[in-house]
Amino acid sequence: MRRGGAWLTFLLTGCNGYQNAMGGDGAEGANFIQLFSVFMVVCTIMYVIVAAALLFALWRRRSAALVVEDRKHHQTSALVRPALFAWTALIGAGLVALTIASFFTDRSNAAEGSKPQLILTVTANQWWWDVEYNLPDVSRTVRTANEIHLPVGIPAEVTLKSNDVIHSFWIPNLAGKQDLIPGRQTDAQLLPRKIGLYRGQCAEFCGTQHAQMALDVTVESKEDFLRWYAAQLKPAVAPANPQQHAGYRYFTTRECASCHNISGTPASGQVAPDLTHFASRRSLAAGALPMNRGNVYGWVADPQSLKPGSRMPTVGLKADELHSLVAYLETLK
Amino acid sequence: MSLRFRNSLLALGLVAALTGCDREQRQTRGKPLAETVPASTSPDTVFPGNANVPPSDPRAAVYEGNATAISEGQRLYNWMNCSGCHFHGGGGMGVALIDDKWRYGGRIDQIAATIVEGRPNGMPSFRGRLTEQQVWQLAAYVRTLSGQARKDAVSARADEVSNTPPQTQTKREPLTPADSAEQ
Repeated sequence: MRRGGAWLTFLLTGCNGYQNAMGGDGAEGANFIQLFSVFMVVCTIMYVIVAAALLFALWRRRSAALVVEDRKHHQTSALVRPALFAWTALIGAGLVALTIASFFTDRSNAAEGSKPQLILTVTANQWWWDVEYNLPDVSRTVRTANEIHLPVGIPAEVTLKSNDVIHSFWIPNLAGKQDLIPGRQTDAQLLPRKIGLYRGQCAEFCGTQHAQMALDVTVESKEDFLRWYAAQLKPAVAPANPQQHAGYRYFTTRECASCHNISGTPASGQVAPDLTHFASRRSLAAGALPMNRGNVYGWVADPQSLKPGSRMPTVGLKADELHSLVAYLETLK
Repeated sequence: MSLRFRNSLLALGLVAALTGCDREQRQTRGKPLAETVPASTSPDTVFPGNANVPPSDPRAAVYEGNATAISEGQRLYNWMNCSGCHFHGGGGMGVALIDDKWRYGGRIDQIAATIVEGRPNGMPSFRGRLTEQQVWQLAAYVRTLSGQARKDAVSARADEVSNTPPQTQTKREPLTPADSAEQ
């Protein structure tokens, strides 16, 4: 049944696995697919019965016994009364079954989120995501941007905030949508069930570049997650050659550092994505471009032509400044 | 003239008037290289008295009263921590920006120069820390703090906690001779 449901939804959405609400990659999604299957079965049975009754009524010949001339036209078939009782009882039973099923799905989702083992804060900005892993030991806090790594099978609680307008946090593979509202704190529970690469997306129109506000989600084994986390805890690598050093100097003394932070350097702006491990990410500019040298060049040289309206200004770098900046940024693994 | 003819003429006139409703152009990026003023050609911006003030920078017309520039400037005002000293215009450690007193000139290009150059007694220079476009956006926003900017250009929402109505709902008060005399 579950496989059949999955097939059906696959046909319905035409989605691939990267961004798919019906894949069952998260506990919430899996629960809802089960619930969806129950609804599907119950509603299909009811539909078939109603359609069959209608067809029967069309097909049945008017009985000769029930014509006005015989003065028996008010008589109904002996079957009608028990059939109506049975029909009403069936509707009642079906509705009760669906209510119970959705109640237990809801409770099961709530129970899975009640004991988070990992707490992170996601703050939405126009048009990127600020991600912070909050451990009880604050010295092990990790801050990154536009990417979330999650260990598989471990419930995580995400605290959601917004710095400007209302956004909506949506990783279709893992859970439903949750709004991020300025001045308020909301939360979402994630319990990934399958290892994989997924995509999150802002789901509330938030301005010009709403469509280019994506989030790379990596669900990995616990060992891989811990390895990633340990790497994120390290400060940025030091520049190794003169060109990288020139880029480092430009970054830390000029426009870049007014907004961006690179841990372990004087660049400590707090209003733009943290770039400490920039080159280790899958994409740049909040999922707008895949991470590769050409895109880094294009983005640093002229962000306003790639993502018009974005908060990253076109600085007007000279060629040697651009080369050295990109050389430095590429070392930030 | 029949009533019908007059009505249709009126409707046509209204439609024609709508073509005048043109949204202002949003410039997400200034021309990058032209925007960057090399340090050596930055004009002298301090003038004794009111004499010998040079003509306004041509960019003033692009940014002054431009809704996009003002809103971007409003964002940068907090991002760059202008509010740390000037507060939200009322002044604290830094001077007030909502009044009509300007030590280094209150024209948009003079404010931009003040941001780029920095000024004695605490105002840091933002040369090379902000792009030239951002400086002009900031200056455009600072110009609106006095509550005299056009209502359709200013933001209807202040980002800070405020006990005054937004500028879109306040009266525009013309300068009095006493204000000018204080300069």
